[in-house]
Amino acid sequence: MTEPILSHTLANGLVLVAEPMPWLQSAAFTLLVPVGCAHDPADRCGLSGFTCEMALRGAGPRDSRRLIQDLDNLGVERSDSVSEVHTRFSGATLAANLPQALAIYADVVRRPHLPLGQLESARQVMIQEWRAVEDEPAEKVMVELRRRHFPDPWGRPTQGELKALEAIAVEDVHQHFGRRYGPSGTILGVAGQFSWDRLKAQVEEMFGDWAARDAARIVESPSPRAYAHFPFESNQTQIGIAYASVPYRHPDYFRAWGAVGVLSGGMSARLFTEVRERRGLCYSVYATCQTLRALGAVFCYAGTSTERAQETLDVTLHEVVRLKQGIESHELDRVKARIKSTLVMQQESSSGRSGSIARDWYHLGRARSLEEVFALVDALSAESINAYLAEHPPRDFTVVTLGPRKLKVHDGIS
Amino acid sequence: MEFRKAVLDNGLEIVAECNPQGHSAAVGFFVNTGARDETDEVSGVSHFLEHMAFKGTARRTADDVNRQFDEMGAQYNAFTSEENTVFFAAVLPEQQHRAVELLADILRPALRKEDFDTEKQVILEEIQMYEDQPPFGADEKCRAAHFGPHPLGRSVLGTLESVRGLSVEAMRGYLQRRYSPANVVLAAAGRIDFDGLVADAKQCCGPWNRVKDGRTVQPAPRRHVFRAIRKPAATQQYVVQLAAGPAAADPDRYAAKLLATVVGDDTGSRLYWELVDPGLAEQATLGHNEYEGAGQFVTYLSCNPEQAAENLKRVDAIYRRVAAEGITAAELTQAKNKVMSRVVLSGERARGRLFAVGTDWIQRREYRSVGDDLKAVAALTLDDVAAVLRKYPLVPCTTVTIGPLENVNPP
Repeated sequence: MTEPILSHTLANGLVLVAEPMPWLQSAAFTLLVPVGCAHDPADRCGLSGFTCEMALRGAGPRDSRRLIQDLDNLGVERSDSVSEVHTRFSGATLAANLPQALAIYADVVRRPHLPLGQLESARQVMIQEWRAVEDEPAEKVMVELRRRHFPDPWGRPTQGELKALEAIAVEDVHQHFGRRYGPSGTILGVAGQFSWDRLKAQVEEMFGDWAARDAARIVESPSPRAYAHFPFESNQTQIGIAYASVPYRHPDYFRAWGAVGVLSGGMSARLFTEVRERRGLCYSVYATCQTLRALGAVFCYAGTSTERAQETLDVTLHEVVRLKQGIESHELDRVKARIKSTLVMQQESSSGRSGSIARDWYHLGRARSLEEVFALVDALSAESINAYLAEHPPRDFTVVTLGPRKLKVHDGIS
Repeated sequence: MEFRKAVLDNGLEIVAECNPQGHSAAVGFFVNTGARDETDEVSGVSHFLEHMAFKGTARRTADDVNRQFDEMGAQYNAFTSEENTVFFAAVLPEQQHRAVELLADILRPALRKEDFDTEKQVILEEIQMYEDQPPFGADEKCRAAHFGPHPLGRSVLGTLESVRGLSVEAMRGYLQRRYSPANVVLAAAGRIDFDGLVADAKQCCGPWNRVKDGRTVQPAPRRHVFRAIRKPAATQQYVVQLAAGPAAADPDRYAAKLLATVVGDDTGSRLYWELVDPGLAEQATLGHNEYEGAGQFVTYLSCNPEQAAENLKRVDAIYRRVAAEGITAAELTQAKNKVMSRVVLSGERARGRLFAVGTDWIQRREYRSVGDDLKAVAALTLDDVAAVLRKYPLVPCTTVTIGPLENVNPP
């Protein structure tokens, strides 16, 4: 049994959501600030990532070097990333060090120096990261798939565009920070061993006087979808396939997600069995649910040598299309068994839980306990999933390939 | 937390860290075999055999194996290194028996010809996949250059040619020799029923025949080679460097890991401040790997090709400076705090403990609790680190670089 999830909303809108895991020695946090690449100005694609990089280069009483030293000395295992809608700072450490770690991150999001003297170093870091993706064909194909499938700005690459990264000035960073970093929409997830009363008081003290900002307005424009090929010098051809699904907050989400679990997950799932095990067409093949607040999609990936790429695309698409004929209950049983294990094992990971409850809050306005998720999964039946699939068969595919040769897409593309 | 061990009559050892409060159970077979135990004719056979284990046994088809792992909701996989092949599953405690029975069964795979031919295609795809992604094989090429004809220079994946040329018969012979029960450790961590574990091992692995096939450990050479390989399609330049370091049984290994943290951790280290923070390199790290009878310090660098030669000079200067001056007390403390936090965090997962317990046993026949590791790290001194620097200089070293550059000048 897990402990009840606790939450506290500050007057300025910032949300603290926390799950006690008293059997652990660690505590972890996930701080979601409501600024992501969808908020980047069109000619400054990558600005949110750039701002995040700059925010970590000195904040509050600490310069850049001191900040990293102090986090290291607190043993904070940390990461930061930018999604469509969030800048995410997360970390895990020994429970006793959590308050000090949180205080440093409060400085990072509220009082970063954003110093001109660090601008060129930050720019070089961003450009290096952009260049690194150019060398990762499996990642690159999914970046292009996302860009072509989701309406702009939802499909933008988090690493930005080279030209924009080269053009970003320190004023852009200051302006972006000033407009977008604020308490409303900021969610702090904490999990592990902590005292709720002390945590709540600390969060009030750290963030209570953070002045609210205006919410961001986003204007969508349609995505190209269809099929696109990107020539790339490589042994293998990378294949990305996307189709529309429902977002996490949608009542049908778990049915859609159960169907994807039959397609991909364990080694007995359909894609792994048909594409890799029976035919030996590739090493890596998978499908995953992608969710934004209001948009959902399923993304599939396969990477294979060029001479077998056409067959791999055909077999993969065939399996995806075949979903509409329904799934079997023994397939669903395996999905459920896998999820049940995963949920139980989350109790061994404070960082996993802090991320889950923060994400839940963004999508649902509340966090689901492990028991609640388990009940939702347990309630799934093959009949209910099949009814969903009959109404929403996978179709209108967006397809992207990356490799020496263009392929033919036989099944319906959008 | 209780450590327990047992040995079967055929030599198979069973070790477990039992945690009655754990949420899950993790079990794994650690086989003392890998690329270093191969010959040219069968290069890649250890890794290929690891794949074949999932393709069925006398009693199970490939579909049965995958389906049954999934039915118990297992998080399972296998991997092959230079000297070990590991098969593991993390499950809910009530699935322990099924997981052990299934893992034990796949260690005696049927190796059916048809499955062998299909899986060969998957391996060939895997080799091509690694050739397409950073560091484009530079890691294996650097090991080959550094160790030369020594067995630790062998490729884990093998080559397209060696894998194409492999026969089922050759694999069967390798399986019989190397998967002898005396070469196998069954390790477990989390909420483990130890008596049940031993009973299952007896039932499933008791009949396995013991074959005598050890490993001759030759002294590793310390070669210093510089090699630049051109890959015009690459965007970035990649560098892998190897220098000798403490081996798996060497008590210096703790100080070596701390030294690597100070000099080349991915954050807050000397390489970080001089190369990554200013954006001169995308990545610049130093790590320590340990094997039976040999160890290595591994430098990894990726950067814009225009900066590669200068960055190599910077790395060289950092290594020379640390050799001359050692590290500071503040650096030692900071590295200890980091490493100790990592030990605790990874120890919270049964799966994390499984790898620690299994590796400690197969490498050293030693059990170490999280507390033992924390104590060992806490006790390290500046003198310990200085001793490692004297015995195992970071330069000169072997360097392999791959990327768009035609020529790279050594520092």
